[in-house]
Amino acid sequence: MISYILRRLAATVPVLFTVAVMVFLMLRLTPGDPAAIIAGDNATTQQILDIRTKLGLEQPILQQFFIWLGGLMRGDLGESFFFRKTVFELISERIEPTLSLAFLTIVLAVAVAIPLGVLAAYRQGTWIDRVVMGFSVIGFSVPVFVIGYLLVYIFAIQLGWFPVQGYQRIGNGLGPWFRSLVLPAVTLSVIYIALIARMTRTSVLEVLSEDYIRTARAKGQTEMKVLFQHALKNAAVPIVTVVGIGVALLIGGVVVTESVYSIPGLGRLTVDAVLARDFPVIQAIILAFSFVYVMINLLVDLSYTIFDPRIRY
Amino acid sequence: MKSVKLSRRTVMAGAAAAGALASSTGASAQGSANVLRVVMHSDLRIIDPIWTTAYIVRNYGYMIYDTLFALDAKGEVQPQMVDKYTVSDDKLTYTFTLRDGLMWHDNQPVTSADIIPSIRRWAARDPLGQTVMGFIGSMEAKDAKTFEIKLKEATGLLIFALGKPSSNVPFMMPKRVAETDPNTQITEFIGSGPFVFMRDEWKPGDRAVYTKFAGYKPRSEPASGLAGGKVAKVDRVEWRVITDQQQAVNALQAGEIDLIEAPSHDLLPLLKADRNIKLFNWNVLGNQYTMRFNHTTAPFNNPKIRQAVLYALNQEDFLKATIGDPEYYKVCKAMFVCGSPLETMAGMEDKLESNFAKARQLLQEAGYNREPVVLLHSTDLQVLTNLAPVAKSLLERAGFVVDMQSMDWQTVVARRVKRDPPTQGGWSAMLTSWVAADILNPVMAGFFNASGDRAAFGWPTDPEIETLRARFARANTAAEQKQIAEAIQRRVSEAPTHVHLGQWYSPGAHRGNISGWLEAPAPVFWNMEKGRGA
Repeated sequence: MISYILRRLAATVPVLFTVAVMVFLMLRLTPGDPAAIIAGDNATTQQILDIRTKLGLEQPILQQFFIWLGGLMRGDLGESFFFRKTVFELISERIEPTLSLAFLTIVLAVAVAIPLGVLAAYRQGTWIDRVVMGFSVIGFSVPVFVIGYLLVYIFAIQLGWFPVQGYQRIGNGLGPWFRSLVLPAVTLSVIYIALIARMTRTSVLEVLSEDYIRTARAKGQTEMKVLFQHALKNAAVPIVTVVGIGVALLIGGVVVTESVYSIPGLGRLTVDAVLARDFPVIQAIILAFSFVYVMINLLVDLSYTIFDPRIRY
Repeated sequence: MKSVKLSRRTVMAGAAAAGALASSTGASAQGSANVLRVVMHSDLRIIDPIWTTAYIVRNYGYMIYDTLFALDAKGEVQPQMVDKYTVSDDKLTYTFTLRDGLMWHDNQPVTSADIIPSIRRWAARDPLGQTVMGFIGSMEAKDAKTFEIKLKEATGLLIFALGKPSSNVPFMMPKRVAETDPNTQITEFIGSGPFVFMRDEWKPGDRAVYTKFAGYKPRSEPASGLAGGKVAKVDRVEWRVITDQQQAVNALQAGEIDLIEAPSHDLLPLLKADRNIKLFNWNVLGNQYTMRFNHTTAPFNNPKIRQAVLYALNQEDFLKATIGDPEYYKVCKAMFVCGSPLETMAGMEDKLESNFAKARQLLQEAGYNREPVVLLHSTDLQVLTNLAPVAKSLLERAGFVVDMQSMDWQTVVARRVKRDPPTQGGWSAMLTSWVAADILNPVMAGFFNASGDRAAFGWPTDPEIETLRARFARANTAAEQKQIAEAIQRRVSEAPTHVHLGQWYSPGAHRGNISGWLEAPAPVFWNMEKGRGA
């Protein structure tokens, strides 16, 4: 197992290097000049050139790449072209809202979707099953921003229960922190609830017809125990896979949700950096996201051994 | 088989508990009474108002810095940090005395020694500053409060330049800061203005925070435009970043914020209908849409073809397509803006009327060879998005071949500085918008600079315009300036450097309990009060 983990960790190095090269080249080859953006409308060609030189953009691409890679090896992600801050500082400031939103979203999605999926499987063919599956279709189909605006209109503007936008740091107290994240987390979790509930239903349906379920019932186990201890555990591998994929997909989801709810997280930082062609920030964020993606895949693979002892690495 | 029961009581209890949690923590998060929560048009990323011309940075500058002179609500330049000044009979020596009690935010006194490097750093970056520096022979601090500027040649621009209202504004900075290389961003953010920038609370993408500067001594005159007494009436101003316009409006209606600098035009009816919200047109001169030509390449290297464009276009079509509501736009053929001292229609009487027959005739006379006009179309800024399609339609009706290329604004910004031929990544024309305060005269308005390589993108070369601009800089009376401005506009109507496509306004929106918002070329937060309720 340990050698497997080490091998997987070692495999992340070429993956991340490839990502680094691709991102670096794509940014340099796509249109957009941060120096022209900074210089403004009145700038002369010389003024723009001066700024490009200051930013190091006049050097050959290969030289720029190796300077950046050298910094990366030393743990230096560089400095933003726009904010007088290091990329590390910017990411540190923005990571808390994104982690908070991702954490609440996944907790909410798993807490709601798995019972719903189990219930739908247990009540297959009844109105409960149809309602859950109907919700699942809607959850897949409606764009995140539509759900966001709808929730804001009902729960923030009409009822006044939650704020329209903004994020309260956890240091300001758990109550305000939680309150600021309820609507964004619900918004973002809808699609994951739909995905996980559907997968749970299918997996549980498969195992409910197994002999060991009939045996468990014959032994007089309660339905709760049969469903959640016997059926769900045996159906867990595909569900965990989908949850893992969901966590990875969250990275894309937070971009829209953070924009709708004005949460100053990594998603918003990504959008702002892309619009401003802030190369060092874009490069660092994409690398960080890639690393998280690889790690999530590793964790999901490792978790299979917990749910299915037959799986060995 | 036992069934799993979901009792209705359990569900109702759960829903009630959720509601209770929401409302218990849900008392509206109103800020303290003396905190002004504002959504500006953009996020504050750069904090050196000399290094960049971005309007958000100019606005930041007005919060924390002060100026020697400032434009009042009537458009007249008034002393601000300056208490009094004298001009010698030969108009070559200006002697300025600073007001008593001027302090930097680190509680050190403002002295003449700070002023001179501040002027130098600003003039190194700003086009108007560069022009004025050409007239300045020397600048000297006479004592802590007195400094002298000696000119090599008289100009009527010096005082106006020192009170220049928009980017780059000549903000005064402490000597050690002002001595920073003009091409390098400053790292210390100390001004002498009415608010202090809270560097530790500045979170790009989230908020920028300012607190009232207790040591600021306002002028005794009432506030007027950017001039007069800058009395900070709130303790704290927070610029909150809400990138989604609809959400900013929602937040304003819910009372989570107090003011939006410039809500988008499509949301104004929603705000008008809310009796808790008021709209206020703080920038009375507004903005001007503009088409810029690339003069270095065909077809717009030919002045007659550029003039054909002037005949083909009309302002109303652009304004209707972008702003829509006539309350917020004005057809105006004056290049130096309607409502300004240099407003004139000279040379424009028969232009901008979509006279396609005349445009076609000019194209024929010019020998237009159907070279495609590569028109850059910005797609992600609402106030600009519809401009290029309107231009394409009108130009094609006049006989131009137009290749409209769509891209995001930042790509337009990068593309417009490229001098490659249009077929190889260059361009022929692009559309943008200016804040009127930036184009009030031919020296400060960058698009009139026709000095070729030393001009802004588009790089027009026109010795006649340059001669007239030089004469304007030397003019000493308002009448003389007006006469030269007319001559410049007449020349531009024959050989356009750019085309002006109408004025438009972007009112701000605020809660009913906010008062004291001043009419000025930039949004300023002194004089603003926050009452109870609303």
